[in-house]
Amino acid sequence: MEKIKNLADLRKMKDNLQNKIDLREKSDSPEAIVQIKVGMATSGIASGAKEVMNYMIEELDKRNIKGLVLQVGDMGYCYAEPTIEVTRPGESPVVFGYVDIAKANEIIEKYIKNGELLDGILPANYESIK
Amino acid sequence: MKNVSLTQFQLNKMALIDIKINGKEVKAEAGSTILEAAHTVGIEIPTLCYMNLHDVGIKNNPGGCRVCVVEVVGRKNLAPACVTEIMPGMEIKTNTIKVINARKTVLELILSDHPFDCLICAKNGKCQLQKLAQDCGVREIHFPGEQSTYKPDFSPSIIRNMDKCIMCRRCETMCNKVQTCGVLSGINRGFTAVVAPAFEQDLVDSPCTFCGQCLAVCPVGALTEVDNTPKVIRALADPTKTVIVQTAPAVRVALGEEFGLPAGTRVTGKMVAALRSIGFDKVYDTDFAADLTIMEEGTELLDRLTKFLNGDKNVKLPLLTSCCPGWVNFFEHQFPDMRDIPSSAKSPQQMFGAIAKTYMADKLGVKREDLVVVSVMPCVAKKFESQREEFKVNGNPDVDYSISTRELALLIKQTIGDIKDLQDEDFDRLMGESTGAAVIFGNTGGVIEAACRTAYEIFTGKTLEKVEFEQLRGFEGVRAGKIDFNGLEINIGIAHGLGNARKLLEDIREGKSHFHAIEVMACPGGCIGGGGQPLHHGDSSILKARAAAIYEEDESKTIRKSHENKEVQQLYAEFLGKPMSEKAHHLLHTEYFDRKKKTIE
Amino acid sequence: MASYKMHLLVCGGTGCKSSDSMLIVDKLNEELKSHNLVDEAKVVMTGCFGFCEQGPIIKVIPDNTFYTKVKPEDAKEIIEEHVIKGRSVKRLLYVDPKEHARVSDSKHMGFYKKQIRIALRNCGFLDPENIEESIAREAYGALGKVLSEYTPQQTIDKIKKSGLRGRGGGGFPTGLKWELAAKSVAEQKYVICNADEGDPGAFMDRSVLEGDPHSVLEAMAICGYSIGASKGLIYIRAEYPLAIKRLKIAIAQAMEYGLLGKDIMGTGFDFEIELRYGAGAFVCGEETALIHSMEGERGEPTFKPPFPAVSGYLKKPSNVNNVETFACVPVIILKGEEWFSSIGTEKSKGTKVFALAGKINNVGLIEVPMGITLREIIYEIGGGIKNGKKFKAVQTGGPSGGCLTEKHLETPIDYDNLIAAGSMMGSGGMIVMDEDDCMVQIAKFFLEFTVEESCGKCSPCRIGNKRLHEILTKITEGKGTMEDLELLKSLSNVIKDTALCGLGQTSPNPVLSTLNNFWDEYLEHVVEGKCRAGQCTALKKYIIDPEKCIGCTACARACPVNAIEGDKKMPHEIKQELCIKCGSCYEKCKFNAISIK
Repeated sequence: MEKIKNLADLRKMKDNLQNKIDLREKSDSPEAIVQIKVGMATSGIASGAKEVMNYMIEELDKRNIKGLVLQVGDMGYCYAEPTIEVTRPGESPVVFGYVDIAKANEIIEKYIKNGELLDGILPANYESIK
Repeated sequence: MKNVSLTQFQLNKMALIDIKINGKEVKAEAGSTILEAAHTVGIEIPTLCYMNLHDVGIKNNPGGCRVCVVEVVGRKNLAPACVTEIMPGMEIKTNTIKVINARKTVLELILSDHPFDCLICAKNGKCQLQKLAQDCGVREIHFPGEQSTYKPDFSPSIIRNMDKCIMCRRCETMCNKVQTCGVLSGINRGFTAVVAPAFEQDLVDSPCTFCGQCLAVCPVGALTEVDNTPKVIRALADPTKTVIVQTAPAVRVALGEEFGLPAGTRVTGKMVAALRSIGFDKVYDTDFAADLTIMEEGTELLDRLTKFLNGDKNVKLPLLTSCCPGWVNFFEHQFPDMRDIPSSAKSPQQMFGAIAKTYMADKLGVKREDLVVVSVMPCVAKKFESQREEFKVNGNPDVDYSISTRELALLIKQTIGDIKDLQDEDFDRLMGESTGAAVIFGNTGGVIEAACRTAYEIFTGKTLEKVEFEQLRGFEGVRAGKIDFNGLEINIGIAHGLGNARKLLEDIREGKSHFHAIEVMACPGGCIGGGGQPLHHGDSSILKARAAAIYEEDESKTIRKSHENKEVQQLYAEFLGKPMSEKAHHLLHTEYFDRKKKTIE
Repeated sequence: MASYKMHLLVCGGTGCKSSDSMLIVDKLNEELKSHNLVDEAKVVMTGCFGFCEQGPIIKVIPDNTFYTKVKPEDAKEIIEEHVIKGRSVKRLLYVDPKEHARVSDSKHMGFYKKQIRIALRNCGFLDPENIEESIAREAYGALGKVLSEYTPQQTIDKIKKSGLRGRGGGGFPTGLKWELAAKSVAEQKYVICNADEGDPGAFMDRSVLEGDPHSVLEAMAICGYSIGASKGLIYIRAEYPLAIKRLKIAIAQAMEYGLLGKDIMGTGFDFEIELRYGAGAFVCGEETALIHSMEGERGEPTFKPPFPAVSGYLKKPSNVNNVETFACVPVIILKGEEWFSSIGTEKSKGTKVFALAGKINNVGLIEVPMGITLREIIYEIGGGIKNGKKFKAVQTGGPSGGCLTEKHLETPIDYDNLIAAGSMMGSGGMIVMDEDDCMVQIAKFFLEFTVEESCGKCSPCRIGNKRLHEILTKITEGKGTMEDLELLKSLSNVIKDTALCGLGQTSPNPVLSTLNNFWDEYLEHVVEGKCRAGQCTALKKYIIDPEKCIGCTACARACPVNAIEGDKKMPHEIKQELCIKCGSCYEKCKFNAISIK
């Protein structure tokens, strides 16, 4: 083990190690970042929710967006699976249906990044998931 | 003491600061305690655990008994006067109802955990707790309750009755800090906390030297000496026994205190008269044996010195004195690897016993087993010494019973009442004559001074004009002196208190010692401060007065060099031949044992 | 490196560990492996979550699902349901004691809602045996900042301005303490961490050391830099083997990374830390006693001054702080003294960790902002009194503290308010009592502890506390007199005024505070021979109602001392002078004819 030689070294190491606990830090104060809940009940998984979830996690990371991707059970929108709910900090949650990879990309670019609404929003007839 | 940072107060020490005690403006030395500051203006604050023998540099102030608490304005609780340093502007009240009530309550608490056998306690009338209860007007104990009890511990010298322990820790200070024996220390917790040897061992199983400094400072009856007076009384009453007594030098300058005489009063003649009146068949002087010791030990020193000067590599120097039984126990326990260094000469008590039961028994026409030798010693370790197997012949000890100065006073009180009005009498002869050199055995530095008086004359063949070696005297814990033996410089070391002895011994072990001879006494001050002496109750000026009396006694003697003692000369001529002769070796010399505690089970 | 979608945090604190939480870790890992999920989710052993009563605890990240009382055999279901299907395992969720509903997200649990975690910020968050997780969480960042940007005095000033006070009990301002030690001139000084947590039931220091050892090590180094010490010593009780193990690992890792040892982060500052073990004596929490114990002497306090800042370990200037105090230091440096001092009350800043225990629903370790009320702690965080009983008192400050009552419930808790109310902060023990607790027995219970733990050095504590205990025993046995009550009060005050150290000076607090707040209960014991809580056996009286007794003789046959007389089919009677109050008759009677008075 190379010894830490100065404060800059330590800070660099901290940044490099950040991903070890990033998930925990984000979930500790989720209200400060974008939260994305992916419906992962059997119907969701069957219709590709898992792929969407993985895509979201990887892409947010790649595009340097601080966001928290949560996996939840049945969202009650089986007809529109895969469904995801996106909550921007300080805003009401918005639910998107029939999300595939392309749609997910669009959600990230338009809604998550800039708050632009797009097609596929499902009626918000519930108070948020669980 | 480097590295210790100095506080502002330490730096300002010696400066006077203004404080107020009981409304009175007082200027007191910065750095002093409330207790000391109050004392300077005549206000005495009662204490119990506190003890300050400043003349010998010994202090016990754990701040544990809480009897000395006083009010300090602005402080939320009471302050222990013995450890609280004064601060500029401090306002102290020693006389408020809060203080009086707290002090009384604390005393009541201590008494509630103390046996109520005052009337038959060995310390009755001399107990500091008893006096304090009286002075503070304690007439009732509001908190009767369970009392802590412990297994009593009997040794040949010391009795521990810890039911009476008040945790003042004075004995612990003596045993650990002063004597560095580490036998007594606080054990257990809370209500069962007590001072005891590790694992509540008995003293005989511990490295205890029986120096008795613990019981010399015990304010209550928790630590007392074994009382041999009943045995002495029984022997005196036995018509088949001839009972003779020897008295050590330090006894005669302290015994008077037990009869209300000022410290330092010499009562040699009255003591002899009393002993005779009590019924001892012969009253002899241990001083005679002290002179004999000088003959043997002095000769041994000169012998080793001569060999050393002649280049003998095997000779052991420095020579260590061996008169003190506490000291002998100490090196047998703690430095057994060095037990060939001390002089092989027996102590004066044992030399006396050995000669009494041979030479003197013959002279008196008494069989050994019918001769009872009693010794009066300022010491409790002498009790242990007299019981050593090597000092017995067919189970019969050379010295049958050793009693302390305090026990002698007790014996006198039980038999003839007092000594004050007795006419002076002289010792019986042939073991009664002594020189000034023998008397000074009672003070630290005395043995080595006496040895120098004789060794000088024998070594140089010249007469010593001034017999006082001032540089060997004093109360410093470790002292060094250089004596000119006709161009040969002899380096003398002196230690009193076993902690000081330890320092010198460690130097010897490490080959750093430059001394030719070292005198060691276990007790601070030497025998005048012995564990068997009248209690000083923390007043070290008493020790100083006794020491001065010893030197006065020396000056009052016409013969002041041991080799000039006529009776000693006669003993050699008639019986022993010459110092270190085979017979002398057999009777007057001994060997030492390894008593190191191997394991503690 | 795998990008995990889920972290399963398993508590590895002493409490959960002893209920097999390490086995749960193994099982979870096995399940992940068999479902081929090792790249998706990882299991992390962390420090204590504080909610020990509900342990073993697993927290699932990112959704903060809080599983309680988990058994190793639950691992399969957690993986299959939660990790794979995203459905929480309902039966393992915490049940709110008031709403009786299951709560999933720990953020919505009453126990956590009002907490602000500073000292415990990393407990239950990080793997304490992995320095990399700590570094990711900015461990040693504060040390680096201090060493490269602040002078020692600037650092001390920051701590002073933060208002941090000693968390071990005394509440002495930490910055001031550091300054005193900094001003002492000596070649060698020491930083000592007091980890001799001795209050019965308190385990905040243990939790910090087990859950976040690096914070304490870092703070000690910061203190060392500030006061000019290159050596740190942690005095820890040998009964804390897990904390010792984790400290050893943490020290070794920090040395390896150059965050402790010589020339830390290239700044030329050296700091080493050693462990010293205590044998678990309450009094060794007192700093002078602690120092004597480390020196190999008997663990007894000595009079102050001199303070350790002037003459401490080996007579060298030493700064002694408690674990929780140290744990606050790095955050203060990183987030700023203003941030810290914005939390709390005027004179007590920041947070305090309490060990909440007794007759309360949510037992555990909590960290709350100073100034929170007892009501908030007891009824919101603590979830109220167990079994719907009535609140009677709360003891704060451990055996040295006092009992507070209903009327203190709205008092904002801080150092000074607690003292004003007749109790103290202490190291953060908080024991809740309900109507079934006898306050005389409570006072006796706490005194028993101080009697046991007194070092015996000073007479008031050694004998006085024993006598107080004897008088209390007398009262609970129905033999107390009015004079005894007076004696209790006067003796307590004398002990407070005259005892040598903090232990003795505070030991009568439980007696005095119960005398003050529950005088009528004492009176009942003494005058009426009655214990309203029914806890004092000797004062219990079993009485047979002759109206209800049918003379079935069941009670008489059950009585082990033949204290019940009566003819068959005739009402029976209990001879009170023979009765040993064992309650056998009461149990046996089918007709509710026997009552306890």
